[in-house]
Amino acid sequence: MSDTPYAKDVIVIGGGPAGYTAAIYAVRAGRTGLLIEGLQPGGQLTTTTDVENYPGFADPVTGPELMAAMREQVQRVGAELLTDQVESVDLSERPFRLKVGKGELLARTLVIATGAEARYLGLESEQRFRGRGVSACATCDGFFYRDRKVAVIGGGDTAAEEALYLTNHASEVFLVHRRGELRASRVMADRVLASDKIVMKWNRVLDEVLGDDAGVTGVRLRDPGSGETEELELDGVFVAIGHRPNTAFLGGQLETDEAGYLVTAPDSTRTSVEGVFAAGDVQDPVFRQAVTAAGTGAMAGIEASRFLEANG
Amino acid sequence: MSKKIEIGTDANFQDVVIKSEVPVLVDFWAPWCGPCRMVGPVLEEVAMEYAGRAKVVKVNVDENTRVAGSMGIRSIPTVALFKNGSVEETLVGARPKQDFTAVLDKVLAGKLSN
Repeated sequence: MSDTPYAKDVIVIGGGPAGYTAAIYAVRAGRTGLLIEGLQPGGQLTTTTDVENYPGFADPVTGPELMAAMREQVQRVGAELLTDQVESVDLSERPFRLKVGKGELLARTLVIATGAEARYLGLESEQRFRGRGVSACATCDGFFYRDRKVAVIGGGDTAAEEALYLTNHASEVFLVHRRGELRASRVMADRVLASDKIVMKWNRVLDEVLGDDAGVTGVRLRDPGSGETEELELDGVFVAIGHRPNTAFLGGQLETDEAGYLVTAPDSTRTSVEGVFAAGDVQDPVFRQAVTAAGTGAMAGIEASRFLEANG
Repeated sequence: MSKKIEIGTDANFQDVVIKSEVPVLVDFWAPWCGPCRMVGPVLEEVAMEYAGRAKVVKVNVDENTRVAGSMGIRSIPTVALFKNGSVEETLVGARPKQDFTAVLDKVLAGKLSN
């Protein structure tokens, strides 16, 4: 990378469905586009199994396959791909300045599509046993729990999917949910309840991860209503309680809501800084689907291109 | 794959890692693990830059369950830094390059040695 970079029309930060789609639309509108993929090209979908709700695939496509196809499409339409981490951005003047591991980049417009990452509960014991029995990726780590007992914490689609995936390996899966019914979609919830390997632990929260030098040996659950606790002997704990938007590198230069999601204008992907657009999970606390991410990505690509038209 | 990265197995782990004269970063991975695919190219760069001073060894946990089991690996990617046959640092999850070079620099400067 040269020391005196020239400004790209559109730089997209984030290699998930939102970022890939934004790059496709921007480049097809005749703009020079660069997409910075970060540490997990393909994003969260690379750690999922079958994707059954992305339209266009009558037979389920796997997350990694879908993302590989999108990435290939980005390259085919002529966007440049860079695998690097954005360390910081300076949004105080245009062109915007981005500091990446390999140097500095200039962008006339920016699309933030950095997504979200798994949230942990914040227990000290949970951190202590990360990698030694505590995980947030069943498709990565389920393999290590063949014929063992595990717990999944959460009640949404991610928790349901992780629990169902783990039934392929584990002998028993406890699904620990703080409410009395699942928040997951109906199809997923029905599958969970029909599985004879999944034991529901309703109205329970994870109180403590128990273990020794070798790793996790169990969990202590608590009923938040009565305060009663119970201990389960098991080998693995999969945390699936939701996601946290990846905005730390922005250093507070863009407006966020209380949960840290980027705020965009109604019916638009415009952020609080002119020329900066946001798409996908980083600005979506509600839907968080691959197809809605791609949808807002398309909006961001179009809006970035129109902004360049209007502002030379 | 770059020849800078060695392949570790259940059979050769003693020779390639434990008896190594230079510090070794061992990458525990599997082909079906999405985040693992990201660590590979990062470690390839690290292997180039530290050639002669340290080395990088990849262990496929799917094919080498004994080593992964004895190491207590329960999450991948996990990258362990070995010096003189013992683990000095363990890094869990996909991480930026500077996390790996930081532990290598520390161990090479002697700050992590026993």
